[in-house]
Amino acid sequence: MPETPQARISPDAVAKVARLARLDVTPAEVDRLTNQLAGMLEHFADIDALDLAAVEPMTQPYPLVNVMRDDVVKPGLDRDEVLAVAPAAEDGRFRVPPIIGLEG
Amino acid sequence: MAELSNAVDIATAVRNGSVSAVAVLDQYLARIDSRESSIHAFNLVTREQARSMAAKVDADVKAGRDPGPLAGVPIALKDNMCTRGVPTTCSSRILEGWKPPYDATVVTRLAEAGAVFVGKTNLDEFAMGSSTENSAFGVTYNPHDTSRVSGGSSGGSAAAVAAGFAAASLGSDTGGSIRQPAALCGVVGVKPTYGTVSRYGLVAFASSLDQIGPFTVDVRDAAVLLEAMSGHDPLDSTSIPQPALSLQGSLDRDVKGLRIGRITDLPGGSDPEVEARLAESFEALAAAGATIVDVELPSMKYGLTAYYLIAPAEASSNLARYDGVRYGLRVDAADTNAMYMATRAAGFGDEVKRRIMLGTYALSAGYYDAYYGKALKVRRLISDDFARAYQKADVLLTPTSPIVAFPVGAKVDDPLSMYLCDVFTIPTNLAGHPAMSVPFGTGAHGLPVGVQVLAPTLGESVMFQVAAHLERVAPGGAK
Repeated sequence: MPETPQARISPDAVAKVARLARLDVTPAEVDRLTNQLAGMLEHFADIDALDLAAVEPMTQPYPLVNVMRDDVVKPGLDRDEVLAVAPAAEDGRFRVPPIIGLEG
Repeated sequence: MAELSNAVDIATAVRNGSVSAVAVLDQYLARIDSRESSIHAFNLVTREQARSMAAKVDADVKAGRDPGPLAGVPIALKDNMCTRGVPTTCSSRILEGWKPPYDATVVTRLAEAGAVFVGKTNLDEFAMGSSTENSAFGVTYNPHDTSRVSGGSSGGSAAAVAAGFAAASLGSDTGGSIRQPAALCGVVGVKPTYGTVSRYGLVAFASSLDQIGPFTVDVRDAAVLLEAMSGHDPLDSTSIPQPALSLQGSLDRDVKGLRIGRITDLPGGSDPEVEARLAESFEALAAAGATIVDVELPSMKYGLTAYYLIAPAEASSNLARYDGVRYGLRVDAADTNAMYMATRAAGFGDEVKRRIMLGTYALSAGYYDAYYGKALKVRRLISDDFARAYQKADVLLTPTSPIVAFPVGAKVDDPLSMYLCDVFTIPTNLAGHPAMSVPFGTGAHGLPVGVQVLAPTLGESVMFQVAAHLERVAPGGAK
């Protein structure tokens, strides 16, 4: 493997992933995360040598398909109880800041 | 260490009226009062709730009503299981103070069985860790040596049982989070087959790997708890449609003729004393007439990589729900996107952020096939290796943890070395199989060592049969 650990992920890529994950990160955090993630990805390169072309991916240990409940009306969670533990609520709904962003 | 009473004895005495559930509870609360400040097993001790649950059990006994198979047994719950009206934090600032509007299915079932809930136990934040040092509310110390970790992520639940704060407890196991702390704290810990215990109300970490299971002082108690918790739950779409497990009948069954698998290509690096205890456990089973067979699991060494791509990928998706809108912390900002980003930055700890980042990266455009897609294929290889091994063997034995409890702080700055603690437990979760840790003598510094018994899907009966035998012959631990 000719790459150095740092080459496996760049600070720019880390900053982009943080935006995708909706995490504010400081420049110091970007540096730390870049080093840590690069080290992990270096270790995880152990599977690169495996020939996996003919292997089926496994997403679930115990496959069950189309699990449906009976189509009957049942009580859900109590709305007042749910809204009572919300950060902000108004008129029986969750209240949030403006959705149209100030900076796209 | 105090002599620990087991759940079966407590329930028997409470049911026949020779002791009251309230009196039992008082003993446990007294131990919490005397030692919790040096252990920190709990995020919350639910004294009042426990008293009213114990009083109800006593009233049932007095009135001649069946109080249930776990009547009056003090049980601690990992603080990632929803308890209606009782704070459930996942040891995270982002859920601090949140009170769930419903109970997890395991909570409902144990309450119906007569259990008395003494509190919510500490964990690595969102169950991500192997030492309970990643909690937003402080470290849980090992009752055998309070300068050392209790293991993780269910360290609080393991420590609560080891310290006699509860007769049993529940944990969740995504990559070893029940078995590893059980080994480090010298108690029994079981990760059942994926789908046997409902995950409804368990705060999700990695949904295809998470499974709830018990910590107990002995193997019989673990069987009794699993019988009470398992069985199909329509509220969990991954719940296997079958009745509750029946395990107690297996406990006294002779191990003669069973085939015990020894993994010849097991990843190395364990403490010599841990290796020695494992060798003794094989000898003890051979002496009882079991056959030791050699098996190979050539893909097991890739388990760590597969796990640390799959689990963070699932976590990055599951933890997207903590956005400051519906529950938990909100950090106000000018628009919703800024609010999400500020809330999540303030609410999550370093390890959780690291795993969200790793998982988001592994799922992102251009990297999905190279990381997540490949990891899913390695998962298949590991599962196929196990299937071949179980053609030759009824169960497999490994150490639970390669090392005994390590000093607090020893691994916090090196995430990868922390991840290596789970090398023997992770493959089980990837395959969805059951496995359990049984205390088996001691290692360095006189600290507990656990031997892990692994079995194929729904192989709990033979797993408990072998575990019960190991418990009977464990060095210095015969009951």
